[in-house]
Amino acid sequence: MAASKQKKSGFQNPVIRWIDDRLPIFTMMDKEYGAYPTPKNFNYFWNFGAIAMVMLVLMIVTGVFLAMSYTPHTSMAFDSVERIMRDVNYGWMLRYLHMNGAHFFFIAVYIHIFRGLYYGSYKRPRELLWILGVLIFLLMMATAFMGYSLPWSQMSGWGVTVITNLFSAIPFFGDAIVTWLWGGPSVGNPTLNRFFALHYLLPFVIVGVVFLHVWALHVSGSGNPSGVEPKTKKDTVPFHPYYTIKDTFGLTVFMFVYMAVVFFAPLALSHADHFQPFDPLVTPEQIVPEWYFLPFYAILRAFTMDIVFPFTGWITDGGIVFTAKLQGVIAMFGAIIVLFFLPWLDKSPVRSARYRPAYRWCNYLLVVAMVLLGYAGAQPAEGTMLWIARGATAYYFAHFLVLIPLLSRYEKTLPLPKSINEAVLKDKEEAQ
Amino acid sequence: MIKKILRKSSLPALAFVLCMTVFASAAYAAGAKVPPPQQHWPHKGVMGTYDLAALQRGYQVYREACASCHSIRLLSYRNLQDIGFTEDEVRAIASDYFVMDGPNDEGDMFERVAVPSDRFVSPFENDAQARYANNGALPLDLSLIVKARYGGEDYIYALLTGYAEPPEDVEIPDGMYWNRYYSGHQIAMAPPLMDGQIAYSSGRSASVEEAARDVTQFLAWASEPHLQQRKQIGVKVLFFLLVFAVLAYAAKRRIWADVH
Amino acid sequence: MASKKDDETQTRRDFLNLTVGAMGAVGIGAAMVPLVDSMNPAADTLALATIEVDISEIEVGQTRVVQWQGKPVFIKHRTPEEIEQAQADDNAPNLTDPEPDSARVQKPEWLIVVGVCTHLGCIPQGSKTGQPRGDFEGWFCPCHGSHYDTSGRMRAGPAPKNLPVPPYEFLSDTVVRIG
Repeated sequence: MAASKQKKSGFQNPVIRWIDDRLPIFTMMDKEYGAYPTPKNFNYFWNFGAIAMVMLVLMIVTGVFLAMSYTPHTSMAFDSVERIMRDVNYGWMLRYLHMNGAHFFFIAVYIHIFRGLYYGSYKRPRELLWILGVLIFLLMMATAFMGYSLPWSQMSGWGVTVITNLFSAIPFFGDAIVTWLWGGPSVGNPTLNRFFALHYLLPFVIVGVVFLHVWALHVSGSGNPSGVEPKTKKDTVPFHPYYTIKDTFGLTVFMFVYMAVVFFAPLALSHADHFQPFDPLVTPEQIVPEWYFLPFYAILRAFTMDIVFPFTGWITDGGIVFTAKLQGVIAMFGAIIVLFFLPWLDKSPVRSARYRPAYRWCNYLLVVAMVLLGYAGAQPAEGTMLWIARGATAYYFAHFLVLIPLLSRYEKTLPLPKSINEAVLKDKEEAQ
Repeated sequence: MIKKILRKSSLPALAFVLCMTVFASAAYAAGAKVPPPQQHWPHKGVMGTYDLAALQRGYQVYREACASCHSIRLLSYRNLQDIGFTEDEVRAIASDYFVMDGPNDEGDMFERVAVPSDRFVSPFENDAQARYANNGALPLDLSLIVKARYGGEDYIYALLTGYAEPPEDVEIPDGMYWNRYYSGHQIAMAPPLMDGQIAYSSGRSASVEEAARDVTQFLAWASEPHLQQRKQIGVKVLFFLLVFAVLAYAAKRRIWADVH
Repeated sequence: MASKKDDETQTRRDFLNLTVGAMGAVGIGAAMVPLVDSMNPAADTLALATIEVDISEIEVGQTRVVQWQGKPVFIKHRTPEEIEQAQADDNAPNLTDPEPDSARVQKPEWLIVVGVCTHLGCIPQGSKTGQPRGDFEGWFCPCHGSHYDTSGRMRAGPAPKNLPVPPYEFLSDTVVRIG
């Protein structure tokens, strides 16, 4: 017993050893981020988990300092943000880091999600890991939406109005729920106050779920581009220094692009109406959500026809109506809910799209559908655009609910390599 | 080789770049109706800086042609020191205005001369008064106008110089004016600038185009006063990251040399 | 020979890793600067660092309290007796922080001090008529019983220093600029 304890903390530094004997955080860090056996064939897509984690920390740090100069009151919020931009030391930098940080956080996370889809990272035994990831995505969307309201600009106020009004589609309780969300008869100071409170809270909830996400990852071990689980020591390398340095490099490149935007085009992804104070009497000519919401916004607006159930006229006047609004809301939330079930929709034993030619093309089509939806989401919902959005919406759901289950039964997959090591050697041969 | 590249998944990467580009352009598609012609601005571009002389002239144009209706309430008189006015000049400019202060020891509000730390005094007490004095149209606050309009500087310049006689078939109601670049072409603001209206200190009087160009630059500065500092720091940050990326890549190559 | 080459590679790699590590640390350190500096007083706060006060209406014997940088400043129009008392006490044995009265005023009839007790930051009483002025006819801090004299000097109690004199300038006989 005593011997094993001594063996456990092999740290030279007496202070570290003293702490580690009582609370083995250094042992844990060494196990999870030092010795952690990692497949040696990661490509650069595997950087984005670490990048997303750094972005989360960066958002929290800049956000905490911004909150020190921000006033969550409808009459002062806009001016306090402008005071940050003009008078607070480096306030403009903190704000531009934070507002563009949201964009780049989402870029990192979308690539991370795509990586998971493409290489089948959601499959057994990583189902829970994937579900926790989708949960983080949902929490991020809620946090970003509430954060966008804080400057109390035209885009803030009307974004809040439109999105909270979605809940009015819920039958019977809709209006009561919306009033409850607002804390009043319209979007106002109580709304701003609670959004600020939640915008400050949720990131720390995200940190908690990220912790579980990483924990689950380290239980099942990382996936890899071949989709074959590591079998021998030849297949893996210790996380440090191999992936610490690779992540450092990838992160630096990502930071370069991010900083180029922050310092030289900080408003490239912003809207002019975000620089006018909220006027509850005038809606901007067109309100467009931030780009990372656009695909889902397009799904919401793809539904325009009320459906009346036949022969229900005797229950209510005009029969029971399944409104277009409710259809859209259900579809929009459904688009994310469906991701939770992905591990059970895809039963194919082969993980990586490398060895699943048909699935690979479906994945590219999904990206195309998302891009089309994103484009449609920024345009008025009418004419051709509406049909494009409908087609892309149909593909999105067909992809997850029809194509993936069918493919997992009928797809002819390519032969898998025997091991990660073999896959790497084969790649090398082909490259020469 | 191509197969390898495909397998190394740069195709999805390409798709993502495409996706970002489309979203970004889609976000911009929603904007002004007649696109304003693109102008050259000294503060644009990667290393562009404000032309201080133009900003000072622009301030004069703002004060003489705009300030009687339009506020710039987010700026303080002291900010003028950033565009090259001396402390004494700023004090003198501020002292032309009165601000309400108080309450004093007797509980009364009182007027006092403005000082550099005061915000720019607005021409109207509130929006209602501003509307009333302007036939129901609200003269907007200009402190953020360049950021708050799609097209930015180009749009402001185009608007200021875009007044013309309406086309034959267009009837313009009383108190409205025709402007090529305004959404819907009917604008309640009378043409604010006239040739020769502003006499610059050089003794020359400004044309509409000159005055519009100068005041647009002044308003661009008012919207984004830290532009120069931002770019200067940005260059250092990017340089640092570039060097760091090269070193990190070299270290990565070394560390991975014995794997594969 | 081979082992020597290995050693060399090893050293070069260590040096490279060290450089990357050091540069990363410098980068993170530099990123802290704007964060920390954002908590320093902002430009609009600093712009309020000076105030101008009209002192023409402060009667002899009265004290006016004005706010400067969020702190009270006592402007005391001293009576001849108070001036005399303050000057006479220049060498009093119970001065914790000895300072002649002449060093604390520009014009003997005007005493201008920051009204924050040097003990723990309470506001001493005695500026208004009827308030306790302490044993030395100046100010008395109610928090822990510090007594200040008619020159604002610390005479009894726990405070370690005299009431500080802010930078000020008489712009005219009736206007003083503090800060």
